[in-house]
Amino acid sequence: MTSLAPGTSNVSPSASAAAVHGHGGEGHDAHTDVRLFGLATFLVADGMTFAGFFAAYLTFRAVNPLPEGSNYELELLLPTINTVLLILSSFTFHRAGRGLLRSDGASCRRWLVITAVLGLAFLAGQMVEYFHLPFGLTDNLFASTFYALTGFHGLHVTLGVICILIVWWQTRATGRIKADTPFGLEAAELYWHFVDGIWVVLFGILYLL
Amino acid sequence: MTLASPSDFESPSPSLQPEGWLRYLSFSLDHKVIGLQYMICGFLFYFIGGALAGVIRTELASPISDFVSRETYNEVLTLHGTVMIFLWIVPVVNGAFGNYLIPFYVGARDMAFPRLNAVAFWLIPPAGILLISSYFIKGGAAQSGWTAYPPLSITTPALGQVIWILSVLLLGGSSIFGGINFIATILKLRRPGLQLMQLPMYCWAMLGTSILVVLSTPVLAGTLILLSFDIIAHTGFFNPALGGNVVVYQHLFWFYSHPAVYIMVLPAFGLVSEILPVHARKPLFGYTTMVYSILAIVVLGLIVWAHHMFTSGTPPWMRLFFTIATSFIAVPTGIKFFNWLATLWQGKIALNSAMLFACAFIVNFVFGGITGVALAQVPFDIHVHDTYFVVGHFHYIVYGGTVFVIFSAVYHWYPKFTGRMLNEDLGRLHFLLTFVGFNLCFAPQHWLGLNGMPRRVAEYDPSFTTLNQVSSVGALLMGLSTLPFLINVVVSAFRGRVAGGNPWNALTPEWLTSSPPPVENWIGEAPLVTHPYGYGTAVDAIDLGKATGDQIWTDRRP
Repeated sequence: MTSLAPGTSNVSPSASAAAVHGHGGEGHDAHTDVRLFGLATFLVADGMTFAGFFAAYLTFRAVNPLPEGSNYELELLLPTINTVLLILSSFTFHRAGRGLLRSDGASCRRWLVITAVLGLAFLAGQMVEYFHLPFGLTDNLFASTFYALTGFHGLHVTLGVICILIVWWQTRATGRIKADTPFGLEAAELYWHFVDGIWVVLFGILYLL
Repeated sequence: MTLASPSDFESPSPSLQPEGWLRYLSFSLDHKVIGLQYMICGFLFYFIGGALAGVIRTELASPISDFVSRETYNEVLTLHGTVMIFLWIVPVVNGAFGNYLIPFYVGARDMAFPRLNAVAFWLIPPAGILLISSYFIKGGAAQSGWTAYPPLSITTPALGQVIWILSVLLLGGSSIFGGINFIATILKLRRPGLQLMQLPMYCWAMLGTSILVVLSTPVLAGTLILLSFDIIAHTGFFNPALGGNVVVYQHLFWFYSHPAVYIMVLPAFGLVSEILPVHARKPLFGYTTMVYSILAIVVLGLIVWAHHMFTSGTPPWMRLFFTIATSFIAVPTGIKFFNWLATLWQGKIALNSAMLFACAFIVNFVFGGITGVALAQVPFDIHVHDTYFVVGHFHYIVYGGTVFVIFSAVYHWYPKFTGRMLNEDLGRLHFLLTFVGFNLCFAPQHWLGLNGMPRRVAEYDPSFTTLNQVSSVGALLMGLSTLPFLINVVVSAFRGRVAGGNPWNALTPEWLTSSPPPVENWIGEAPLVTHPYGYGTAVDAIDLGKATGDQIWTDRRP
């Protein structure tokens, strides 16, 4: 045991401990569970960042009046289409996951591509909106908060699209993600649902409120 | 590209991990190495922060700013606060002891995410170097205190402030990664058969702390990003001249920074709950109430932040709510306090260095706690807001509380870390100098504050001179007290008495292996410790020399 490198304990300390005690198996794959659990904990933290931004935005709106001649009115058509695209992409990602678990690689990869395209379409829509908005970053408090919130969320979407493309690459026949090792896809999917959920809240308080 | 087969993939080449002391400079994945990396790194920053405190107290020994310029004084106090909080206390009391002890306590061979763990540690040295180096750039380091309130942080030299923000963001990220790791390890990596309510108290303290870290640190990160926009891109989030709102910054900042007090002090509660039973040879009193009071502190700690803002135009209903909520925190804290006293009550107390520091913690902390309840009351708080009373109170909590516990824990666990005992005489000298110096330094600051001496100012009214000089003498004693400690720690590493696996005859799992423990913590099976505080009951019936397997620890319990 002492001859093992410290890194040996990395991969699955719980599994090795369980194996030593003869309690191995017991119907739970502790390793995968812990990684998804860790990601979920991180997403709670990430969600708190957004919560801080939302709280700041709502307080600004309640307390700080804007200068004369500026208003909160935003064009709604494009963001609504974007919202629909993003919600749709959560369902397509879920289809990709189901494809993987059925060992239907072709279906999985097809749905992943569709999800990535929907994500890219969302980002494109966001860019179009940015170029047509009548205010810039430093024009007033609302403008600054608007760009900070949507920009921070857009960063998350960009990261999510990159993750989807990595997952797409790893689901090829010789890749690491398979029906019995689905962690990469599950993690990307959990993250994507999170980004989607944040957008729904953001859309509600930034555009509709 | 061919991928390694799973079995190859799980065994990195042993040559990639250095042996011996070089491990401590490497990207090691062993939780014990990472824990000691946190510890040594933390102590290095403690000495830097202490030197900065020395500059502050030297300056304040006389009423005029004759030792350093006013700008330098502002930079020094900002660096002192930031270094001590983000680079010393938080990394050591969470990262060092947490990484070292938690896997033992849950019966695991490492943390849940060893690689993330190493990343979390290696974010700290660059962040610290970045922060310290900002002192030497054009315009100097940040001058707006560790709180970085706008508009002060927007109007002082920009570069130093931006570097400060960057550094704190890195340290916050490190803290969040660590918190995720602790939560996953404690909840998901427990040895089969080990129940949550059988865990040593430090696990509960770290679980509570990590929940606070995960919930509150991201809010600080987001806020500091907005602040950096205000500085770099000239947005107006917190700039009243551009229609912004400074009070929103204060709310968001304290939403992190009040829980941060518990992030610094809850792990100390946990450590002291481990140390007292061992050296008093008694079970920890009131285990269940200890657990629930930790959870109550976590919940209450998240909803009391605005008591730092009673003078920030806070409306009356908010003052009322935050006063009541803050006062409530005294209840779970009081429960813990009385539980510690009851643990000591009629114990077979060994007054060694670890115990002396732990008992001094109880004394200091109850004093800091009482001034804390006083500060929660609006009329009193308005009188002493931003005075030295707050400085005194704060240091009684984080120095008299947490730092005393860190020293106690070093005396307690040093034999486990190194396999050798520390020298008791030097330890007691260290304690005496620290205890006298600490109280001499910070007790007078309460009088200064009550009489109206403002904090964070290099010059003061000459009528405050005597008390300030007493305080500075205390600081000098505290500085001297580190000498016996340093000598002790360095010399004992080579010449100390050999400790053996379990020099204290303790029952918690980290003592049921060799000192220092092997890689993966136990040769063979991890022990199942279901009664970590079973002193005075079946302890005499247990052959501690052979206590490695769970049969000894489970069979003889009533």
